[in-house]
Amino acid sequence: MLLLIQYTLIFASVLLLVALGGCISEHSGIINLGLEGIMVVGALGGALVMSNLSTLPPALMVILALLASIILGMLYSCLLGVAAIHFKADQTLVGTAMNLLATAAATVFVKAMNTAMNPDNHSSEIEYVAGRKMFIVNINGFEFNWFMPLAVIVVILVYLFLYKNKLGLRLMACGEHPQAADSVGINVYKMRWMGVLISGALAGMGGLCYILAGVSLWKFENGVAGFGFLALAVMIFGQWKPGRIALAALLFGLFRALSNTYMGFPALVSLNLPSNVYNMMPYIVCLIVLAFTSKTSRAPKAEGIPYDKGSR
Amino acid sequence: MKNLLKRPGVQAFVASVICILLGLIIGYIVLLFINPQGAWQSITDVVRNFFTWSRPPQRLKQFGNTLAKTIPLIMCSLSILFSYKVGLFNIGAAGQYVAGACASLYAALAWGWGWLPCMIFAIVAGALLGAIVGFLKSYCNVNEVISGIMLNWIALYTTNTILSNVKETASPYTLYLNKENPSALLPTAGLDQLFNKNTYVTIAVPLALIIAIAVAVILTKTRFGYELRATGLNKNAARYAGMAENRNIILTLMISGALAGLGASMLYQTGYMRWECTQSSVPAMGFNGIAAAFLGGLNPIGAVFSSFFIQHITDGGQYVNTNYYSSQISDVISSVIIYLCGFVLFIKLTINRMIKPSKEKKGEKK
Repeated sequence: MLLLIQYTLIFASVLLLVALGGCISEHSGIINLGLEGIMVVGALGGALVMSNLSTLPPALMVILALLASIILGMLYSCLLGVAAIHFKADQTLVGTAMNLLATAAATVFVKAMNTAMNPDNHSSEIEYVAGRKMFIVNINGFEFNWFMPLAVIVVILVYLFLYKNKLGLRLMACGEHPQAADSVGINVYKMRWMGVLISGALAGMGGLCYILAGVSLWKFENGVAGFGFLALAVMIFGQWKPGRIALAALLFGLFRALSNTYMGFPALVSLNLPSNVYNMMPYIVCLIVLAFTSKTSRAPKAEGIPYDKGSR
Repeated sequence: MKNLLKRPGVQAFVASVICILLGLIIGYIVLLFINPQGAWQSITDVVRNFFTWSRPPQRLKQFGNTLAKTIPLIMCSLSILFSYKVGLFNIGAAGQYVAGACASLYAALAWGWGWLPCMIFAIVAGALLGAIVGFLKSYCNVNEVISGIMLNWIALYTTNTILSNVKETASPYTLYLNKENPSALLPTAGLDQLFNKNTYVTIAVPLALIIAIAVAVILTKTRFGYELRATGLNKNAARYAGMAENRNIILTLMISGALAGLGASMLYQTGYMRWECTQSSVPAMGFNGIAAAFLGGLNPIGAVFSSFFIQHITDGGQYVNTNYYSSQISDVISSVIIYLCGFVLFIKLTINRMIKPSKEKKGEKK
């Protein structure tokens, strides 16, 4: 039971961070389908710090790993920003390309790095046992991860940013009616860049959190198993509002955690279902939930439409 | 020259070539960073693919292998471009492809069906999955990208479970098709002789070409295709003109899914590949289909050539010097190419701008 709570909380933190990133980006008017790719890149940054700098004092290492994932996530999200804001590219296409590119590039990079250190090592794995320990406090078998309080803080910050702050309200205006926002002197391009960069930072962090969830060795060929898209589903279920997104993240986190821990519940084991059923669970729940909640969608009205100053 | 550049088809071709060249250059730069010594050799190996073999018979055989894998890619890219014409981004093609593989392999190995029924079963499976996406889109307003991705994972895990019933006991792979049920293998109709007895080259090759032409005809020459394109260009205008929007969306995704499902049967029923029942990621074929569709300028005939090119460099990836590099470099190149395809609109605008001023000058002279 403790294990289930632990996994639920950590997966919920991942989903929450990434979904909030997607939420801010969409409020600015850019659909960020590249979240999955940004997560991979952020995870790579964090993993590199954790595996190479684990001799540093824990607090410093944790901060450095976080910073690495945030900065790499932001840099990678620039690919979306340039294409979608300045070149009016199809945001779905660019996001998809970013997802493919991130996994391929991370694999090539990690393999090259491993091979350079040891010519016989062609794997795409990074190990970070010591680094992971610094993120975790063990309380009677419950692995408390610093990402859990961090996710809570981020929800509050995002809420304050979006609803209690001039900048955030302006950013949301650009996702609803960019022409109107422009007419009152808001720079739509700047606001959209801000949305994309913040989403990059949050998704990068989420990526790092994801690889810390249960393992201390990550194979970059695998990517992040659709978590970026699950986060988008969480965002839609949460109706683009931070508070509801947090609740949605908990729900999805619970179902994802079940696939890791169902062996610990005699009632579930006695059902004798194949493990693949539990693996599928979060995705099935997601589909069902979306089917019932999407009808009354409160999506930002101008999302996905490239901003054209001249159009009416 | 200028007149030639004005034609949209030529512009699309030029834009694709620019994307390819930039993609290859970026791939080369990545290789240079990893290890400058073998970079040129490796990037040329990627581009040459089967030409790296020195003996012509071997080359021909490898050419046949690349061709066998190009066929499902053509089908996947047709699947994606077909729905894209209607304004739908069918990223679920990857899952529909998986469903097709599941249906054709299970029917062949567990029930001992012949090749045609297996193929039709795969088409039905893909279409069914596509119909779910279409239904969710038209009646529940679920974004087709999200539901597509979710169904990709659901299809993957379901397929792993179902095909575990027909797998070898000692390995995670499904049983050999040619040993268990040769009647399910696609007939070669003599095509294997052309490729140095490569039995993976089957009637799937001409069939895929016929389907590509059929898709082109349906989209441009029929009333149904016209309605679909109209729905894609302006949904509200199409509804106003009395076109059944919801029906069209579901039908489109069904056809799209059928194409992807058929693609899977065209690969797995050659016996070239077996399904690995412990796979933890969705096969890349559906996603590469996106690359091929956009690189081909969203034209069915263009998709045939771009599919071959994408598969060519993907296969070429296995010839890089693995002492320094990894074969995923070709994935990097193709994903960079997809990314650059986002700029096609910009490239076309630039070409048009380059043509325009010269035309005005001509007018002044007259």
